[in-house]
Amino acid sequence: MAFSEANRTAVERMMEARPLLKTVAAARDVIPGMRDGLLLHAGPPIEWNRMSGPLRGAVIGALLFEGLATSEDEALALVERGDIDFEPCHHHQTVGPMAGVTSASMAVYVVENVTHGNRAFSNLNEGYGKVLRYGAYAPEVLEKLHWMNDVMAPVLAGALATRDELDVRALLAEALHMGDEGHNRNKAGSLLFLKLLSPDVARVAGREVASEVLKFLGDNALSVLNPVMAACKAMADAAHEVEGSTIVTAMARNGTDFGIRVSGLGDDWFAAPAQVPDGLYFSGFTAGDANADIGDSTITETIGIGGFAMAAAPAIVTFVSGTPKDAVNTTMEMYEITETDHLHFTIPALDFRGSPTGIDIRKVVELGITPRINTGIAHREAGVGQVGAGLVRPPMEVFESALIAFAERYGV
Amino acid sequence: MKAETENAAAEALSRVEALLVRGGGDAGDEYVPRSLESAIRILPAARWALISVPGRFAARAAGEALDRGLHVFLYSDNVSIADEVALKQRAVAAGRLMMGPDCGTAWINGIGLGFANRVRRGSIGLVGASGTGLQAICSHVHALGSGVSHAIGTGGRDLDAEVGAMTCQQGLDLLARDPGTDVIVMVSKPPVPSVARSVLAAARSTGKPVVVHFLGFPPPARRLGLLHFATSLPEAAWMAVELSKPGATTETPGEVVCAPGYLRGLFSGGTLASEAVLALANFLEPLHSNMKRESVRSLETVSRSEAHTILDLGADEYTVGRLHPMIDSDLRVRRIAQETADPEVGLILLDVVLGDGAHPDPASELAPAIADARRTRDVEFVVVVVGTDEDPQGLESQVDALTGAGALVFEDLTNALSHVVDRLGGLVASAVPRVALEVLTAPVAAVNIGLESFSASLTDQGAEVVHVEWRPPAGGDDRLLAILDKLRR
Repeated sequence: MAFSEANRTAVERMMEARPLLKTVAAARDVIPGMRDGLLLHAGPPIEWNRMSGPLRGAVIGALLFEGLATSEDEALALVERGDIDFEPCHHHQTVGPMAGVTSASMAVYVVENVTHGNRAFSNLNEGYGKVLRYGAYAPEVLEKLHWMNDVMAPVLAGALATRDELDVRALLAEALHMGDEGHNRNKAGSLLFLKLLSPDVARVAGREVASEVLKFLGDNALSVLNPVMAACKAMADAAHEVEGSTIVTAMARNGTDFGIRVSGLGDDWFAAPAQVPDGLYFSGFTAGDANADIGDSTITETIGIGGFAMAAAPAIVTFVSGTPKDAVNTTMEMYEITETDHLHFTIPALDFRGSPTGIDIRKVVELGITPRINTGIAHREAGVGQVGAGLVRPPMEVFESALIAFAERYGV
Repeated sequence: MKAETENAAAEALSRVEALLVRGGGDAGDEYVPRSLESAIRILPAARWALISVPGRFAARAAGEALDRGLHVFLYSDNVSIADEVALKQRAVAAGRLMMGPDCGTAWINGIGLGFANRVRRGSIGLVGASGTGLQAICSHVHALGSGVSHAIGTGGRDLDAEVGAMTCQQGLDLLARDPGTDVIVMVSKPPVPSVARSVLAAARSTGKPVVVHFLGFPPPARRLGLLHFATSLPEAAWMAVELSKPGATTETPGEVVCAPGYLRGLFSGGTLASEAVLALANFLEPLHSNMKRESVRSLETVSRSEAHTILDLGADEYTVGRLHPMIDSDLRVRRIAQETADPEVGLILLDVVLGDGAHPDPASELAPAIADARRTRDVEFVVVVVGTDEDPQGLESQVDALTGAGALVFEDLTNALSHVVDRLGGLVASAVPRVALEVLTAPVAAVNIGLESFSASLTDQGAEVVHVEWRPPAGGDDRLLAILDKLRR
């Protein structure tokens, strides 16, 4: 078995994948295996009693949103009775930021990798403040979700239907040249997204609705994050299940555990307790308020952007009071543990060198360097929301246990 | 902001402003790579890897450097001899230098690697298994007003039997081809005979004068052909400096033409035979003798020579019921015919000792025997004559007679042995592929893994270097390391 050859194949597939944003549709209509009574969540598998505050809050919110419960107590009772199934988004070609809780009625972006034909899904981004993805489920949270589902989603679906294609990889490549890294900083990408959609939104929606939708998208510098994540998932899945490959194809956190999947190791998760990010806290919050690392958004780092493309987004170092050189050095460090330079995602500050792509568990373990992740920080209690943003690394054990499993699986 | 006075508030505000205003500086540190792969990406011109990590991890690091096409200076010690052999075999096969393990010094193209003195550039090239030995000779050469072309360290065990002087031979071959090197110095602790023979043959094969200093090794002669034997470090330096002066050497490089076949030495003088054995054992293999010496093999029977053979025909076993060969040439004459009849013999070495008490005219018996032999076939005769112009036999007439019979006559045993070495010592074909000469002539550019002071030293000398921030691979976990090694493909 030539492991290096397998890795080249996996990463080539990852980079050849061309994800297009096709439409927005109800989860139950498009996500394979989606059903009523099933909630998808971020990260590796987890049972209710081990879920952290924000994930529990999002679960309650989703049950309220679906109308399966009318109060927090009812929702909790429903879960305690075992009437609700929980499965990772990743088991359904889906990714969700932070809690990532996705229910059957929720509108999701549908992304298709036209190179290899696989699809991926992600819910819609709610913006800032009290939001479900951080575990908030107050009435205004649900109200916004309903507006997104009932008003914005049909408009987006209609707008996308009038376009030939919306190439997310091309959008990302351009955003990286405009100071984004595609995970924590999506200011440029979100504006590009707005710009691409605006003419079509104006065509399909009434004047008032169009204005509301465009304002909502434009006010949210993370509006493109979710289609980007779905696109990253489509790229990562294209690289998954290459026999003999030690390339990581998923990194995800559920607020309790950090888990990874490896291309040559099928659908097994390698998980260990998630860590608390090191970062800048919003006024009035401290590290003591922070939940452990949470969300599927590490799919961005998995395919070579986010923390790996920090050199493209020097402004982001203010989160950890660093210098632009720190941003460059972060990317330089990630080259140590990756297979290659990305063909499409290039970094101006590094003379347009491709971003470090394809995490090789062999290199991670050998060099003792874990991936660098840019992330938002959730409050540890349900319903409070985001308290900061910063940097985090996965626990080394997940790579070590994956390496040992790999050796066993391939008999070396 | 709260302040007790307006001034204090203004002061505080201005400090806040100063803290908020940034830019103009080159903030932050340059990236320090963590792996050889990244370092090479940063310095693609790198040709060398300097490795000084703990011994347990050193072979792994050196192997990776060789795999990536670099020459290796391996300072680390505590590397197993098996690892050293494996690394050097890989290096030889790849045409790369593998200096070390336990290589303390090298001086390449004007740049010191590891420990090195600041010395003048010059035409004296060194190769050696002794770091401080190389440093001492380099320093002496400098003090004597001459300079060094390159100094190639090999690591202390290179001349051990297991390693077989792989790096030393590569170094000799490189210095042979280096146009900037006129004289070579080879220094080591004394090698085992088989290795001594191979490195001395490699040294002769350079076609350049080579000063050999094997510490404590009995020098077979002050000089044997191109080889000059020193007995101390300062003497080695002095000899090299003298040899590097214009007109110091009479040999024309590359003139040596080897004769095929075995040597048969038929001596009447025991001490002359002994000295011949002492010198030639370093060059001829296998060498047999009726004399008991550590460096030679015995004969099945003293009446028949085997391979290369040197006989003391004055020994007891030959003089039972017979006169000593200094008086009676009968045995030698018969033996000359016997050896000539052996088609594998290429050269016959004789001594002729003149003086009172000796045969009144040995040439009268030996010259016809030589002439007869040479009529039979093209076997070479080398004769060393011991005598003075006042001896009763007449030195000149003896020499003339022997020369007339077709022998090459020397009046100095060492010169005679030198000639024998040149004719029969053989030349060593260099390893294939050879190490490209660029390793010496291109500017030194290196990746340094381990001791940071080695990086600083290269930078100070104006060489390009990228330092790798090394940590034990897989945190030093043996189980994970074993897996990683198997997953390298």
